[in-house]
Amino acid sequence: MTAIIEILSGLCLFLGGVLCVTGGVGLLRMPDFFSRVHASGVTETLAAPLLLIGLALQMEWSLDLVKVAMILILVLATNPTATHAMAKAALHGGQRPLVFDNDKPTRGEGASKP
Amino acid sequence: MLTAAIVAILVTMLLALIRTFLGPTEYDRMLGANSFGTKTVLFIALAGHVLQWNSYLDVALLYALLNFVGTIAVMRFFEYRNALEERDDPESAA
Amino acid sequence: MVIAVAAIRLSDLFAVVMLFGVYSLLTAVLFMDLDAVDVAFTEAAVGAGVTTVLMLSSLHLTKRWEALPRRNPVLGLLVVGVTGAALVYAVLDAPGLGDPSAAVHQHVTPRYIEQGQAEVGMPNLVTAVLASYRGYDTFGETVVIFTAGLAVLLLLGIQDDPRMRPGVSTIGDQVVLRSVVKVLIPLILLYGLYVQFHGDFGAGGGFQAGVIFATGFVLYDLVFGDGSARAVVPPGWLHRLAALGVLIYGGVGVYSLLAGKAFLDYSALATDPVHGQHLGVLLVELGVGIAVFSVVLLIFYAFSGRGRRR
Repeated sequence: MTAIIEILSGLCLFLGGVLCVTGGVGLLRMPDFFSRVHASGVTETLAAPLLLIGLALQMEWSLDLVKVAMILILVLATNPTATHAMAKAALHGGQRPLVFDNDKPTRGEGASKP
Repeated sequence: MLTAAIVAILVTMLLALIRTFLGPTEYDRMLGANSFGTKTVLFIALAGHVLQWNSYLDVALLYALLNFVGTIAVMRFFEYRNALEERDDPESAA
Repeated sequence: MVIAVAAIRLSDLFAVVMLFGVYSLLTAVLFMDLDAVDVAFTEAAVGAGVTTVLMLSSLHLTKRWEALPRRNPVLGLLVVGVTGAALVYAVLDAPGLGDPSAAVHQHVTPRYIEQGQAEVGMPNLVTAVLASYRGYDTFGETVVIFTAGLAVLLLLGIQDDPRMRPGVSTIGDQVVLRSVVKVLIPLILLYGLYVQFHGDFGAGGGFQAGVIFATGFVLYDLVFGDGSARAVVPPGWLHRLAALGVLIYGGVGVYSLLAGKAFLDYSALATDPVHGQHLGVLLVELGVGIAVFSVVLLIFYAFSGRGRRR
């Protein structure tokens, strides 16, 4: 039983770590604010619960476990809200997403614009 | 595996910090600071467990809340000042 | 340190505020590493939350870009350099961290550590020292906080702006934000209460709890607008609450005077001295919490209610 829990915990931590770094790289490399918000928001909101679950699996049943659960719920609730609020603020402030105009329709796909 | 996760979080914190320094617009800085805060919460939770800090979960919980409040404060004070000014003189509202 | 240098070099004050928040956070982590949890708590609560909000609101009122310095900075650099060098030299002479033969660990500290739990009855030694052994200092701190609030009130005042009606919010109609915040604020307040009363056992106490409680109301003000926030907690109440906090603290002291013991001697509060200590610490922390909460909220009201000067 404990071996399964340890493997599960290790897996969660590994996935969480990978997602975290991916989000960070996305923050730096994406060309535009909105894509950055998307990159970091989505990956962080998944990475945080994964990391916290990986941590919780390694602790025993105690008050600390309840606190980890509370942190998890809190991050899950506030991170998407903050991302949404930031994106909405940027939109309101005049930022527009970077759009690539495809003038030539590609072969084999129906182009939406002539 | 825990230490590997902690190192990953530290790397991400550094990346978010670079974005906060660079960010051409202030929205990028806001985003970087918010990301840094969320990563710090995770860092305190994980590192506290490994290093056996005292009451580390309380501090993590606190900072998760405060990160959110800080981001909302930035929005309120910078992005929406125009709304109040428009309400003052309706003629000048676009 | 990199962050501090960057914060000084950047002239975009908005970025500076963000970096200060980050810096405060790193300091809190450093405190955790030094095993000073209550300090880390207070640093995180105040530095990352309240200070950022207040600095942002004052930025809102002043200019965003730093004015170029008009004087030659070399003299300032010289003064700072000499002072810094003197401090480093003094630190080199200081005993190492946790050195048991250091002077500060000699006279009173062994007594606190050995008999603190028995005399005051609570596991958190920091709260015991803060509220009981060094109660006079904490009383002074509370009065200082109250005076700071008083000074802000005298200088700025809380403006009664007719534009601030309940329901009018500068943040606009953000359904997602409002719904989430409506659930979050009671949790923040609950957490503040937990920190207040759990300060005996874990990290916490009056100062942190007051700041957290105020942060809940600040969040309400940020999302729902100044008008609604002032309808919920009118500034007049805050004046009285701040005074009440200091009054509770001083009242406990006067009560023990009237009961025949020294000022702020908690053993006069109950027949069993340890019970008296516990009760005294509880009341005193409550006073501190109420005072800190009302002063922080007052200062926020004073800053945020001011219109822009043209």
